[in-house]
Amino acid sequence: MTVAALPETTARRRRSPLTEAIRRHPTVTAGLAIMAVLVAMAVLAPYLWTIDPMKLDPRFRLKPPSERNWFGTDHLGRDLYSRVIYGSRVSLQVGLAVAVVATLIGTAIGLVAGFLRWVDALVMRVMDGLMAVPGVLLAIALMALTRASLETVVIAIVIPEVPRVVRLVRSVVLTLREQAFVEAAEAIGTRFHRVLAKHILPNAVAPLIVQATYICASAMILEAILSFLGAGTPPTIPSWGNIMAEGRQYVRVAFWLLGFPGLFLTLTVLAVNLLGDGLRDMLDPRMRRRL
Amino acid sequence: MTASMAQAASPLLDVRGLVKHFVIGGGFLGKPKATVRAVDGIDFSLNAGETLGLVGESGCGKSTAGKTILRLLAPTSGTIHLRGADISGLSKAEMRPYRRDMQVIFQDPYSSLNPRMNAGEIVGEPMLNYGLATASERRGKVAELFQRVGLRADSMVKYPHEFSGGQRQRLGIARALALQPGLIICDEPVSALDVSVQAQIINLLIDLQQSFGLSYLFIAHDLAVVQHISQRVAVMYLGKIVELAPTGELFANPLHPYTEALLAAVPAANPKERRTRALLTGDVPSPISPPPGCRFHTRCPHAEARCKLEEPALKQTAAGHSVACHLR
Repeated sequence: MTVAALPETTARRRRSPLTEAIRRHPTVTAGLAIMAVLVAMAVLAPYLWTIDPMKLDPRFRLKPPSERNWFGTDHLGRDLYSRVIYGSRVSLQVGLAVAVVATLIGTAIGLVAGFLRWVDALVMRVMDGLMAVPGVLLAIALMALTRASLETVVIAIVIPEVPRVVRLVRSVVLTLREQAFVEAAEAIGTRFHRVLAKHILPNAVAPLIVQATYICASAMILEAILSFLGAGTPPTIPSWGNIMAEGRQYVRVAFWLLGFPGLFLTLTVLAVNLLGDGLRDMLDPRMRRRL
Repeated sequence: MTASMAQAASPLLDVRGLVKHFVIGGGFLGKPKATVRAVDGIDFSLNAGETLGLVGESGCGKSTAGKTILRLLAPTSGTIHLRGADISGLSKAEMRPYRRDMQVIFQDPYSSLNPRMNAGEIVGEPMLNYGLATASERRGKVAELFQRVGLRADSMVKYPHEFSGGQRQRLGIARALALQPGLIICDEPVSALDVSVQAQIINLLIDLQQSFGLSYLFIAHDLAVVQHISQRVAVMYLGKIVELAPTGELFANPLHPYTEALLAAVPAANPKERRTRALLTGDVPSPISPPPGCRFHTRCPHAEARCKLEEPALKQTAAGHSVACHLR
């Protein structure tokens, strides 16, 4: 008889679950912590505002950070702190929406492409075509076709991001369908939809989650770029990109107009990337075989 | 003769002129097209309760033959009869009812189990697919199967990576048994295991055969293993069966020069034993362009002019002993 698996060594020093998590997955914890603060900021924005972010006040134009205006004011005397807080909502909404929508659409197309040869040839050429155009350019072109709103921004960013997911899912499907356990599933009479749901998708989830976080980060940057170029979020909504675009011409006298929104954008993207990197490391060993 | 008598007389599995070619290359700007003749016309039959060993070097097409018989691959030509029914041209949906009677055990116990399903789900899935039991009945049946293959029933909640190689292969066997098939195609089921574990798995397979009256098509490259489990052995070379004989007869009196060479390559238990037979030189020719005439003539120590021109047919020389060689 084969010897039963040895019980795992339980002689681990006693630590609280939190310290244990930090020790084992420091990047995920750091990313999660920053994200938690940013999400809280976005959700609680109405309570964190000190001054209405839309309110113009010509008496306080281009003021440096002070006790009244923590991050200073812009050229119309609007409070930068409140605007930056509000801007986090746009970034997080766009990042999350793009990540979810692009992942869902990309997964659906990728699954079909991975299984059906003739669809594959057609779809992948279209995807290659989309990838040949730089994402920013494509998004600007798409924005030019429609009226500026948060939804159109999301759509304009989703379209250039979809091919990345399609390529990933397709390659995962092509690898998995050659695996013996997928052949075994057919041999034991598993129907096609169940093969997809139980054998293919669960094994594709780990790389998909990681890819989704990277898409989330790049969507936030793309949104800021679009807004900065005046092709994104309508100027009536304060987004980090909008604030930086408007502040660009005053940067010599008011560095804070670029500094604060830029800092927050950097922090957010960093947090999402840390999360993605950490998740990849966390999920990978489980995929690998251990004996 | 009545229909039922005809069925009783026909073998469980009957394979005639089975061919599986793969077309590679082609397409826009691709490499020129070529045909890999993985399986190039094989005939054999397998009776109920019997084990037929299918041996040959890597790349001789034995695994492809197994997968084609299972209809995981579509045959290029030839027929496959399972209990008298021709399954060679069936669609995936039409094939489904026949899968209950024909199961498979794979070579690699690691990649043949879904890492995201626990052991109970893996073994219970075939029953779920055919709606053979309610959820609670299934649990009991899975537990029974676990015990039958020598696994603890409480390990049902564990995932494949928590099992050893031998235990994983036991899981694969339990999954194959779940549908109570008549035929199990064993695709090198022990090649990936340690020698000590190999013996346990082989003994388990023999034991299960006796309890359930199973038939095995046992694909392997290890002659010692095949000798132990099979009643008859077919030797494959480059997509063709070159010799087919009862196990004792084949090992005592090999007729084909390739079989002789294979037997000579088996390590001897006594290192002082004198080796008289020459070992083969060179590699297996490419199945894309197999040599004309006898496929073995490029490596055969006895080849004559005729062997390079004429392809020998598989002909019977003694009761149940067939060989494809001009010289025997």
